[in-house]
Amino acid sequence: MSVVKVLEGSEAVALAVKACRPQVISAYPISPQTHIVEGIARFVADGDLDAEYVRVDSEFSAASVISGASAAGSRAYTASSSQGLLLMSEVLYASCGMRLPFVITGVNRTVSAPISIQVDQQDTMSLRDCGMIQLFVESSQEAYDVHIAAFKIAEDPKILLPVMVCMDGWVLTHSYERITLSEQGDVDRFLPPFQPADFLDVKNPKTWGSIGEEDMVMEFRYSVQQAMQYAKGRITEIFAEWAEISGRNYGGLIESYKTDDAEVILLAMGSMAGTMKDAVDNLRSGGDRVGLVKIRSYRPFPYEEIWDAVKGAKAVAVVDANLSLGSEGAIGMDLKAKLYGAPNAPMVVDVIAGLGGRDVNESRIKKIVEKVKEAQASGYFLREPYWAGLNPTIVP
Amino acid sequence: MELTIGAVVRGGTSLEYKTGSWRDQRPVLDSEKCKVCGQCESVCPDSAVHVVEETYIIDYDYCKGCGLCAYECPADAITMIREEK
Amino acid sequence: MTAKKDAQQEDLFVSGHRACHGCGMALSVRHILKATGEDVIVVTPTGCLETFTSPYGYSPWRVPWIHHLFENGPSIATGVAAALRAQKRDTTRVVGIGGDGSTFDIGFGALSGMLERGDDVLYICVDNGAYMNTGGQRSGATPLYAATTTHPAGKKSVGKVEMKKNIPMIVAAHGIPYVATASVAYVKDLQKKVRRAMEFRGPRYIQVDTPCPSVWGFPSDHTLEVGRMGVQSGLNPLFEMENGEIIHVRKIKKQVPVEEYLKMQKRFRHLFGATEGVQEIAQIQALADANIKKFGLLGKQKE
Repeated sequence: MSVVKVLEGSEAVALAVKACRPQVISAYPISPQTHIVEGIARFVADGDLDAEYVRVDSEFSAASVISGASAAGSRAYTASSSQGLLLMSEVLYASCGMRLPFVITGVNRTVSAPISIQVDQQDTMSLRDCGMIQLFVESSQEAYDVHIAAFKIAEDPKILLPVMVCMDGWVLTHSYERITLSEQGDVDRFLPPFQPADFLDVKNPKTWGSIGEEDMVMEFRYSVQQAMQYAKGRITEIFAEWAEISGRNYGGLIESYKTDDAEVILLAMGSMAGTMKDAVDNLRSGGDRVGLVKIRSYRPFPYEEIWDAVKGAKAVAVVDANLSLGSEGAIGMDLKAKLYGAPNAPMVVDVIAGLGGRDVNESRIKKIVEKVKEAQASGYFLREPYWAGLNPTIVP
Repeated sequence: MELTIGAVVRGGTSLEYKTGSWRDQRPVLDSEKCKVCGQCESVCPDSAVHVVEETYIIDYDYCKGCGLCAYECPADAITMIREEK
Repeated sequence: MTAKKDAQQEDLFVSGHRACHGCGMALSVRHILKATGEDVIVVTPTGCLETFTSPYGYSPWRVPWIHHLFENGPSIATGVAAALRAQKRDTTRVVGIGGDGSTFDIGFGALSGMLERGDDVLYICVDNGAYMNTGGQRSGATPLYAATTTHPAGKKSVGKVEMKKNIPMIVAAHGIPYVATASVAYVKDLQKKVRRAMEFRGPRYIQVDTPCPSVWGFPSDHTLEVGRMGVQSGLNPLFEMENGEIIHVRKIKKQVPVEEYLKMQKRFRHLFGATEGVQEIAQIQALADANIKKFGLLGKQKE
């Protein structure tokens, strides 16, 4: 019998992780993820989760502990944000190359400097190159469900890559939602124990972490790229499998919301997609043909699915809550690269919004749609991103 | 050469690389002087000295010619000789 | 165990690795694994040991072995130990073997965390006193007045002027069950210490002096001789601590003047040049004398 509870987002994630029976969890605090690892600590303290809970000395160690545990054949998990995720970056690159599967919750928070604990997606964006699968969620319920799928995705024998489930800090982690929790039996059926083909085993001693010379590094990278390509199909399958069992379906690598006849399509990830759905509905009731593509899998980047959803539109507003300083938003760059040369491709406008907790509310979303309609009508391709909600009077 | 997932390789595969080619001098054991004490086997960083039926032989496939066995032998039973090319 | 009996055990660290001629580190690893036996998982951070044992496809490790990064040897070891506990693989032990660059400097935080948490890991630092893998740059383990490539001797320099970081004592201050110092010059003693360490559960630390012919600058057949001099001079006191108490030291029958040790190595030759480093040598001698006093090193070994 599934149960419905009003839960803080962090608690929903902790329960999802608990249901997946990780054997090793590492924990280091940083706002706004701390409630997740604290929730898991309470389960362990009460004997409700039989796992090794390691309180580490830094996020570098947090990621390293789960890497070592994974190499030794245990399902492993940690969570971090912002500065902590950046500190882990070296470890994540290495673990991706070494094909060590584990799940990390990347609770989105902006990065220093200036130091701020407010939400944006700069932190997880900084890790998009390392070979880790990055999935984004719109709600705490989706976070619960995607975490369960994440372990199965990571451990798939043809994937074997860490999976980062990205969720907006505070907005999701510290707000309360009605959460439907699945039965343990359902999770167990869906997610069998972790049984890697290779693990640190005295009966079959092998060597991990060798040096690669110039005659093989390209091929190793290529093999990770291939695993990512393969993952596109497999992630879709696994999402569908869990949707079947849980009864909750969010779509595949993307979710298309009212895109069929849309002239302007918003493209975004995370909780702002929820606000955008409301904005789309309200704009449509006023006659605007607007739609939304919500990206669920950011890495691997689902450009084929995005193309299918946007190809009929006149313009796409890519809303980036992140910025590659000196260039533009990451999703904007990804999309423009993939759409370049596509016949009759819509105009793509990159929008920088929501940095450092700046609210991506309906009125700002409406302004974005207006701005993009203007650009599209003028035929003038904006080379610099549009900064939504910027207060130019206080810029130093 | 075949690449594995995650570059994981079997242990003990270094035996396929014969470090003996690094040598410019080689140890020669005089079995008459040898007291069969085992020091040479013990001090070889390359595991290139082996016990064979109560005596010692040097595995020239791997011996790098460092000279530790000769230096440490308490019976002066090992001499280092320049390798001829 | 006699050298003969020892030799008959199957090597867990085989030939074909790419260590330099006469490498003290390679020799100590052979003996460490003889003492641990095969039911171990070894974790090595980046460094000489990792580099010379892991060109892709050529591994001498006949035990499961993992190299991850430079600064996380101890945390990877923690993770492996946690997995073994979770999987109830009770007999398999975790041994970290890393160099001084990693242990003293970049991985120090991770080491301290591991010690503080009480993780069941034996961490062995194979100490050659510099970042040797990259050619001999100064580390926290470089001894006083040694020249390195980032702190060379010159008209305005006598090499390293800072003391060697006292990691064994810092480690001991974490309150762990077993701390020891050893030297590759005394392999039986090293094996004995490793075996003793394996009898404890929880974090244990052994620091092994492993002279480096290539960079310290002495002939490759002098590795053990140099190691012996280091011990016999008092500069490298060999001791064992159990539960915070020093329970054993290796006695020195006749103290060797530090000069004998220093002049064997090119990294100290600037102390013997035209402008002799008399003051510096005296300071090094004072360090050795202080060790002898502190640890009670002079005299006959009682057992």
